[in-house]
Amino acid sequence: MASSDLREKMRKKRRALQETLGRVREDADTQVLVATDWEMSKDGERTAVQEPSGSEEQQVATLKQTLKAQRMKRRKKLVEDTPAETPPEAATGASEVERGPRAGESRTPVAAASSSRRSPRDLPPLPASSTLTLSEGPMKRRMVEKLKAARSKAESLLQQEALAEPASRLQGLRDRDPLTRFDTEADLGVRRRDDGAAPLVGRVTFREVAHRGWRRAEVDSGLPTAEEAYNFFTFNFDPEPLEEAAEQKKERRFVEDRGVEEEEEEGGGGGEEEAQVEDGGEGESGSEEEDKEEDAEGRSEGAPLVEDQQGELFIDETAQDFLEVKKAEYLGYHSRVQRESEVLFTPSLRTVPTSCKVPENMQPRYLEEEGLYVGERPPVSLANQNILENRILQQDEAKKWFGDDGRVLALTDPIKQSSTRPPLFNLEEDLDPALQTVYRKALKTRHASRYVAGLGETAGRCQLDVDVSGLIFSHHPLFSREHVLGVRLVQLYDQHLNRQHRNITGLLTDKLHGLRNAVRNITDLHGDRGLNVVMRQRIAEYRLEVRNTRRLRDVEQEKDRTLLKSTLKVWKEMKALREFQRFTNTAYKLHLRKQEVNQSRDEQDFEEEIQMELVELQGELEEEYQRKISQYRQQLEEWKAWRKKQKVSSKKKKKKKKKKEPNEGDKDDEDEDEQEEKDLGSEPPKPEPPERQELSLLEQQVREKAARIRRKPGEPILVPEVTLSGNITPNEQCPRGEFARREDVARRSLFVKVLYNDKEVSRTDRRPLGADFRVHFGQIFNLKIANWPESVRLQVFEASGSSSALLAEVFVPLPESTVLTGSAPPQELEFSSSQRVTFNHEGVGSDVPFSFEADGSNKLTLLTSGKLSCCVSWAVGENDIPLAPPTSQTPGGIHGALRQTDAIACIGASGLSDMKRLSKWAAESRLDPNDPSNVVLMQLLTVASSGEVQVPDYFRLEQLQEEFNFVTDEELQKSRRFRLLTLRSQEVVEFRNYKNVPAVEREVSEKVFQDYEKRLRDGEVVDTKEHLDPHRAVVAKYLKKIRESVMNRFLIAKHHFLLSDLVQEDEVPSIGVLGLNIFKLAEPKRPLKPRRKERKKVTAQNLADGNIKLLVNIIRAYDIPVRKPHPSKPAVASKSARSFTEAFVAAQSSQSALHGNDWPLNQVQVRPFVEVTFQRSVRQTTTADGPNPCWNEELELPFSAPNGDYSTSSLQSVKDEVFINIFDEMTFDITEDDRERGSTVHTRIEKHWLGSVKIPFSTIYLQSRIDGTFKVQSPPVLLGYSKERSLAGEGGYDSVLSLSEGSFVTLFITIQPQLIPGESVREKMKEMKFDSQEDERLLHAAEAFQRDAALRFPGRPCLTTVIDISGKAVFITRYVRPLSPPQELLDAFPNSPQEATELVARYVSLIPSLPDSVSFTSICDLWSTSDQFLALLAGDEEEHAVLLCCYFLAMGKKAWLIIGTAIPEGPTAYVLTYEQGRYLIWDPGRGQYYGQYDTFCPLQSVGCLINADNVWFNTQVYDAPMRMGFDVSRSKLWKPFFSRAFPNPGLSSVQPEELVYRRVDKVAAAELQDRIEKVLKEKIMEWRPRHPTRWNRYCTSTLRHFLPKLEQSRGRDVGDEHRLELQSMLGDYRISGFPLNVPFSELQPIVEAVYSTGVHNVEVSNVEFALAVYVHPYASNVLSVWVYLASLVRTR
Amino acid sequence: YAMATNNPSVFLVMINGQIEGANFPEYDDLYCKYCFVYGNDWAPTSGLEEGISQIACRGQGTQPALVWNFPLEITFKSTNPFGWPQIAVSVYGPDTFGNDVVRGYGAVHVPLTPGKHVRTVPMFVPESTSRLQKFTSWLMGRRPEFTDPKVVAQGEGREVTRVRSQGTVTISFNIVTKDMKKLGYDATPSEALSAAEARTPSLAHPL
Repeated sequence: MASSDLREKMRKKRRALQETLGRVREDADTQVLVATDWEMSKDGERTAVQEPSGSEEQQVATLKQTLKAQRMKRRKKLVEDTPAETPPEAATGASEVERGPRAGESRTPVAAASSSRRSPRDLPPLPASSTLTLSEGPMKRRMVEKLKAARSKAESLLQQEALAEPASRLQGLRDRDPLTRFDTEADLGVRRRDDGAAPLVGRVTFREVAHRGWRRAEVDSGLPTAEEAYNFFTFNFDPEPLEEAAEQKKERRFVEDRGVEEEEEEGGGGGEEEAQVEDGGEGESGSEEEDKEEDAEGRSEGAPLVEDQQGELFIDETAQDFLEVKKAEYLGYHSRVQRESEVLFTPSLRTVPTSCKVPENMQPRYLEEEGLYVGERPPVSLANQNILENRILQQDEAKKWFGDDGRVLALTDPIKQSSTRPPLFNLEEDLDPALQTVYRKALKTRHASRYVAGLGETAGRCQLDVDVSGLIFSHHPLFSREHVLGVRLVQLYDQHLNRQHRNITGLLTDKLHGLRNAVRNITDLHGDRGLNVVMRQRIAEYRLEVRNTRRLRDVEQEKDRTLLKSTLKVWKEMKALREFQRFTNTAYKLHLRKQEVNQSRDEQDFEEEIQMELVELQGELEEEYQRKISQYRQQLEEWKAWRKKQKVSSKKKKKKKKKKEPNEGDKDDEDEDEQEEKDLGSEPPKPEPPERQELSLLEQQVREKAARIRRKPGEPILVPEVTLSGNITPNEQCPRGEFARREDVARRSLFVKVLYNDKEVSRTDRRPLGADFRVHFGQIFNLKIANWPESVRLQVFEASGSSSALLAEVFVPLPESTVLTGSAPPQELEFSSSQRVTFNHEGVGSDVPFSFEADGSNKLTLLTSGKLSCCVSWAVGENDIPLAPPTSQTPGGIHGALRQTDAIACIGASGLSDMKRLSKWAAESRLDPNDPSNVVLMQLLTVASSGEVQVPDYFRLEQLQEEFNFVTDEELQKSRRFRLLTLRSQEVVEFRNYKNVPAVEREVSEKVFQDYEKRLRDGEVVDTKEHLDPHRAVVAKYLKKIRESVMNRFLIAKHHFLLSDLVQEDEVPSIGVLGLNIFKLAEPKRPLKPRRKERKKVTAQNLADGNIKLLVNIIRAYDIPVRKPHPSKPAVASKSARSFTEAFVAAQSSQSALHGNDWPLNQVQVRPFVEVTFQRSVRQTTTADGPNPCWNEELELPFSAPNGDYSTSSLQSVKDEVFINIFDEMTFDITEDDRERGSTVHTRIEKHWLGSVKIPFSTIYLQSRIDGTFKVQSPPVLLGYSKERSLAGEGGYDSVLSLSEGSFVTLFITIQPQLIPGESVREKMKEMKFDSQEDERLLHAAEAFQRDAALRFPGRPCLTTVIDISGKAVFITRYVRPLSPPQELLDAFPNSPQEATELVARYVSLIPSLPDSVSFTSICDLWSTSDQFLALLAGDEEEHAVLLCCYFLAMGKKAWLIIGTAIPEGPTAYVLTYEQGRYLIWDPGRGQYYGQYDTFCPLQSVGCLINADNVWFNTQVYDAPMRMGFDVSRSKLWKPFFSRAFPNPGLSSVQPEELVYRRVDKVAAAELQDRIEKVLKEKIMEWRPRHPTRWNRYCTSTLRHFLPKLEQSRGRDVGDEHRLELQSMLGDYRISGFPLNVPFSELQPIVEAVYSTGVHNVEVSNVEFALAVYVHPYASNVLSVWVYLASLVRTR
Repeated sequence: YAMATNNPSVFLVMINGQIEGANFPEYDDLYCKYCFVYGNDWAPTSGLEEGISQIACRGQGTQPALVWNFPLEITFKSTNPFGWPQIAVSVYGPDTFGNDVVRGYGAVHVPLTPGKHVRTVPMFVPESTSRLQKFTSWLMGRRPEFTDPKVVAQGEGREVTRVRSQGTVTISFNIVTKDMKKLGYDATPSEALSAAEARTPSLAHPL
């Protein structure tokens, strides 16, 4: 194939060459040179050129010069002239293949001789090439002639021009015409020549080159273009073809035949031409190297300098010659179109004639017309189809795309017209219960994971061949009686055949003879005398053997005999049956072949045998007798001895009995006697002497036996033969019952299912059940297996009509891997079925008793049974590789040994793993180590026993992991640096954003881990010191754990980004917003009342320290306490008896009566200023005057995030609080010298704390701004100050303020720049579905409810489900349930329910508050139930509210949970109660209540109300409590969750039925009190490092007595009495101080609170301090801590 | 070791170079912002971490490139190659209505090997989430932007974004490293190594 192809190519090539040469005649200018070269080289003597080759340097140099010039020109020419050759050769790698031989043809000898001169681009010679040209026909000869003619002509022309060869040869070149004809010719040639490997590429490049030629022709202006110049410099400068040719010639002369030479040259010439052109084409990239190469060549010839010079000269010359500046080229439109038309192909839209698409001389064939089904093609528009066809036709092998009908080959339309899926109606409701989907947990199949090991490469290569050849029934319900007998007959006959085949009887007989002979031989040889012990022993052994063998033989013989007999019997029965029923069902026939025997010989044998046996038996009997005799003697001796003994003992006994009768106490002896008696009592029978058996009797026995089991002498040997030659009675002649049976049989068919690993993999065809009850399947199933074979099962099914029933199941043993298809023997597997089948026709049925006898006796019960013949084996693949799983492959030689070391092989090498056993076995079985078949095994054993290779007894998952470990794991774990990096990447708190992990191990100090390790240790140990209270410590630990688990749960969410996190995109403005914006245009630029504008939000990512500032705008304050002059009168009225009504009725208390007279008009009442503390930075406002000051100042506080981490999550977890403290600035004149009073002012400024507002940073961050009026948390008693307002009744405005007591401050706090709060995290949490135990329907409804609410009132909080502490979603109403408060709270005020209510509220408020947002970084609200809340003693507003609400419900109040927003907490929960026709709003965190119309109620908006039964969402226009109604029954105002449409399913509560309270522990409280006091005192001294701190004990004790009273009155004004009391005691002191009340959680907050008051800052030298602490315990360890702090300055 | 802990061993990477220019075929009057993004173990010791270039207009001719030639000069010290610095570049320019909109984000690692490197960074911008969004953002001149230009130097969270590519920015780097090899990080390219080896004998035996 290849050679003919090549020949064809050669021919074409030659044709092209011929034409070229032909053209040479016309314009000799160009082609001459080539021809000349050849000519010169061919003749080898004509010109002077080749003479000096290698002799004289000078000559070489000049020669080279000229040659180079020539060559260059020629190359240039070639590039231009023969562009047709260039592209396929130079540009496509595919064509190199064919270039090889042609180029090599001429080069082969050259290459061999002068490899140094070969250009590196020359292809290596191909040895096969020379053979190609050998067989050329007459065509060749003709061409040779033509060539000769052309050459001679060219030669003459050359000689004319040889001397006048111009230096600027290029000029001539440019004048040349483009060789279009040649192009097209070559094009064709190329096209045909190309094998289609890369036809397109070749053509395209060709066109480009062709084009280049044209272009040049068009723009020819006499000078080289830039392109030409470039080409000139970059083209390849090949080694001189002249010399090459010459050498070629020389070489060839030696090597090759003369006749072939010319031919080769032609071919070679063509090839060379091409090769050089190629080089030119490729040289564009690699010309520099080529040049160098050439230089090197030159140097190697020994004239380096000259060569170099030449090169330089040459370049200089050309640079001047070929550089030119000229105008840009412009191509006309037409020419460009023309040009493009060459390159581009626009497929036409017209239909292609069919003739183009079918092979020539063929008519299109339409399959459809021939009646074949063709199918419908997918619809394609005709235009597109035409385009495609036109395009395809452009390609070389276009035809193969078209079918016989001349259309593009296409598959039929795969889309079915009708949907195959049955429509499902009523998807949502009323689904047929049978169709309801039921959720089942996914079950893993047992074999799913058990893939065949080592399948990586051999995937799918395991194949199990299951050959089901057929089955035979040994019983079938449709058997007739005759069949039963027939089968029995056949079975017996089979048995007989089997026995005959094995011929056990014969074997045993032979053995017996052998043994007898041996015995006889021994005895004959030695005689009885000369027998030594060994011989005797051996004879005894032989005899034993003989006896055994004889017995065995007898048994076998008997079996043979009975088998024969029973066969005959069955046959007789069968014959009888056939006669009886008068038809035959089976073709069985028994023939008995008789073999006549020699009567006398037979008799002789028989007799001999009997005699032999007799002799042996005699011997045995004799032996036996001897044995018995000896035994008898022994026994007799024993008996005698016994008798003697007995006589003696009986005498003794008699004596003893006489002696012992009097004293009965001695019982032991008695017992002994009895024992003895017993022993003696078992009298051994007197042994009988054995009798000799009569010989005659023995003989009789032997003969009887022989007659029974042996053929009688002279009786012919009977050989039974069962054939199927009998005739079966045709159906018509059968009685009805039989007919019905046969009909039934004909209806039945059988098939076998093949189950692999309990999965049906295939089944055989159905085969009818033949009349002989044999079924032949003969099917082989090839199972390509991926799973490990567990079981192969065959199920036999019987089918009658369309129904089929499982008859039996057969487990096929899995083959060993050595059991291969082809060599495996078929197995016969028996099966049976216990199915009971009865028929009313002749069929005997199954499991049904029937009888052959007429009287019905001797009943038989047969079960369906049979034999399945099948074969399971491993397939053999190509190359005889068994397709068995690799594990069980036998280890093969070195391969096997390798597998030991190879980790991969260890995975499944179960066959090899038990090496010990293998070697043990090898040792035991004494394998021949020299046996070549054992080589493998021995090698394996040596490897195993040498211990070098050990089979690992473990399984490795990543076998190659170890190879890639550069250090061991232990070492890696030890590395501190690695540990640091790991911890950082795990974002462990201490190491998050850890900077500059040291580069080397030794620079990582152990100190780095100290904190972390300490924390880890502390996690285990409860630090009681830190917490003062062991219970709280446990709680803190527990909380931490919860927090950690929650953090882990949400870690994923943290790394989950939303689009809004990454991309900032403006919302699409709705029409409303657009309208509003337009409206805004009309707004005044500077409105009178400016509003705060929304600022651009900044995400926390690109922030750094110092970028964020907290802006606190302090606007004004109301009702600041005013100073009281020292000698004040006791206040008369106490407000302790306040009632609910006061809270919401604008009841002016009778305060005004108190004031007015105390104050001189001109005296400043108070000079308050505000100090803001945040993160240790302090800013303060200017001082204002009066109790209602107005500052309107903006304070800027820097903010820095923990660890410099400004991510959202980090910011959310900032625990810092903003303290806004209000102080009174007091100045004291301390000018000591009165004379200076006029000129100097010397005052001391003291600031007295009046109250504070605390706002957590997290609140500010989450709300992005805090704007409002806040109640100042001020102590119940402020020494030296009066809270009563002195300016009451000033105006109408104040009357509103007076609704509530206390001072207020108006603030605006925000963060600059505005940070995007962590809402996104919450949003994400919403997306994340929490698992819930709620009903799905309820959850859906809740979701819908919330969605609807969010849609209608986007700002209003609406809660339906909340997340409990275990992270599960729980419906919110489950939290509300009446729970009774501690009994002592109720008992405290048995008569005043109001008091009790307030006390309960206070109790709740005393449970420390710990916002979830801080502990759980605001990821979500976790709602704990009230018992959990009380156990943890920490929770946020929700827990407080829930508990309070539950208490109120238990106290018989109407109470609801309010979900709303408040200041400053943000979204929160309050409690609403309905009392005396009015609504009260309770702040559970502070234990305070407000009327609905209270201006200073911190609750700003109400989202929904919740009680145990329902959730109501606020659908009113307003959500401020003041402007809305709380009547939930009005559906206009409130939208209930559970309605008539969706009633409450009766949700049970998650709350416990009853709260269990721990008893009040007063001792612990007292202890705690002492500890707190001690710590605080230490702290205060610590805060005053430069001053001595003196404690006024007297005052302290007074204060301490006072504190319990404060607790009793729950912080209400008892101040006046108290102050009086104090005053009287400490008249000389100016006291300022106050009690602080905090719920107890930890010590730190108390210390902080004390510090923030700044009492310790008094720096007067004679100041004294008083500190008293009181801890009041409530039930369940709820503690109220009072700290009374006072500074005393002696005034005198 | 006391000394070692006081002066932790670091290696230095000095980056000189420039943001040479950009190729945004359709846009003009663009300026670019750059910033370096680096890991925790890296710290700039000198130079500018961020910068904004001048606005460059396209040349009169048909040359499509914008030229900034905006110099980069920064030196990092580090203890760990993890978090090798990247330069994140964002290009802005006016749209048809004169609004300043983003024209492209892109990031590339600072080359690891010493020597001169030229990197062409493909640029892209986030896509609007909807067609209406796209229209309004076009109309109002507020196209979607990354909240942080450094996002493009990170992998996390990118899956939620959809971007459209437009244009390229060419940056040339001259990298000098110090003490890398001392700490066991051999980042010298193999050619440079072999060239250096080849040069050494010739120096030893001058002509």
